[in-house]
Amino acid sequence: MDAILPAARDYSLIGRDSQRAVETGLAAAEWYHTDVSRKEMKELMRRDDGPAIRDTAIWLSSMVVLAVLGVVLWGSIWCVPFFLAYGVLYGSASDSRWHECGHGTAFKTRWMNDAVYQIACFMIMRNPVTWRWSHARHHTDTVIVGRDPEIAVMRPPDLLRLVLNFFGILDAWHAVVDMLRNAAGFVSAEEKTFIPEQEQPKAVRIARIWLAIYIATIALALYMGSILPLVLIGLPRLYGAWHHVLTGLLQHGGLADNVVDHRLNSRTVLMNPVSRFIYWNMNYHVEHHMFPMVPYHALPRLHAMIRHDLPAPNPGILDGYREMLPAFLRQLRNEDYYLRRELPLTAKPYRDEFHGEAARAATQ
Amino acid sequence: MSDWIEACTADDIDEEDVMRFDHEGRTFAIYRSPDDEFFATDGLCTHEHIHLADGLVMDDIIECPKHNGRFNYKTGQAKGAPVCVNLRTYPVKVEAGKVLIQLSQ
Ligand code: FES
Repeated sequence: MDAILPAARDYSLIGRDSQRAVETGLAAAEWYHTDVSRKEMKELMRRDDGPAIRDTAIWLSSMVVLAVLGVVLWGSIWCVPFFLAYGVLYGSASDSRWHECGHGTAFKTRWMNDAVYQIACFMIMRNPVTWRWSHARHHTDTVIVGRDPEIAVMRPPDLLRLVLNFFGILDAWHAVVDMLRNAAGFVSAEEKTFIPEQEQPKAVRIARIWLAIYIATIALALYMGSILPLVLIGLPRLYGAWHHVLTGLLQHGGLADNVVDHRLNSRTVLMNPVSRFIYWNMNYHVEHHMFPMVPYHALPRLHAMIRHDLPAPNPGILDGYREMLPAFLRQLRNEDYYLRRELPLTAKPYRDEFHGEAARAATQ
Repeated sequence: MSDWIEACTADDIDEEDVMRFDHEGRTFAIYRSPDDEFFATDGLCTHEHIHLADGLVMDDIIECPKHNGRFNYKTGQAKGAPVCVNLRTYPVKVEAGKVLIQLSQ
């Protein structure tokens, strides 16, 4: 398998690198997994409604309380902190809820996963059909150029885009364009590469329902002569997005692409309990990618079990940024550069027959 | 023609669990349900080529370890995205503690 790209990366899902990934065996490859006994893995995979019911009750009831306080104090400066907190629960906590419920691992009960999935998808403005399929591809071909539709930081990094996305600006803009296009009955050529034909009408139906909700919200705002309805629905995707971008960039930012070992392309970061609640433990990102069947509430246990085989986690968000931002800057000059994470002596080594050339290119 | 093949012993599989069985270049998944019945399906997920035996059995569902696609392993029915194609199932019987699956020709 040849992991080196000859020229600037082509991230199109229907472009040169997509074809190349298929030809070289990078697409749908077999990935490295740390050995975990079947007995231990079954224990880790076990589903439980309890933690997610608790967390969802806290999440949604906090939103209701914060929204009521924000509305009551609307017109005074005192509404601001309540809306800022509401915004994070709407525009950031929805990202991890969408993600975990999309995997179907958050709750044991299927309808609970599906209900929270739909609510969270609406908040984060990700079509539940499109993104279920795009995320499946992200897990098959994690950070494989031309295959993974969810690469947050392409090389060379577009730093302006990153900054704008802390306020959800480009993401929301693309989401609105996609919603309008899907609502008009069109599924793009790229979407067709990962959404099976029989699923495409569902994406269109959802887009139409959402469009109706946004039209109703805008109509209400016009009728009231106030932006308040939009501050509650829609705009929190912008003013509350910062936390999910802050944590999400760390997932793969600055690390290798076109490799088949999640220890090389994903990052585990130890975080404070509030961020972990908002992020639903996705800071254990190497662990999540290696074993996506393990529910979010069991990831700390999985981390403890396999940490001997993984690069040391970053001890905090700040430390992660201290490592990642200089890598972004270096990638502006050399887009082959990446952070090669050191393994502890107890770990199985990287398979250099797959990744050695990428490492050499990075140092040039 | 019917062809019963010994896959494993009943004790090889825990209740509500699954085991991989390879035979003549093909791979199968053998299940033991919570009510102690045995079932067999093709071993690979119909979404991508992933071994279902690494997945999770819950009641009559096998969940694929890659993208969490779900099948009813008793009927082979795909239960929704990202799996859309049903799994092939095979007859199973237990005789003298041995699990036999019938591979039709
Ligand atoms: S490989 Fe089984 S659900 Fe994707």
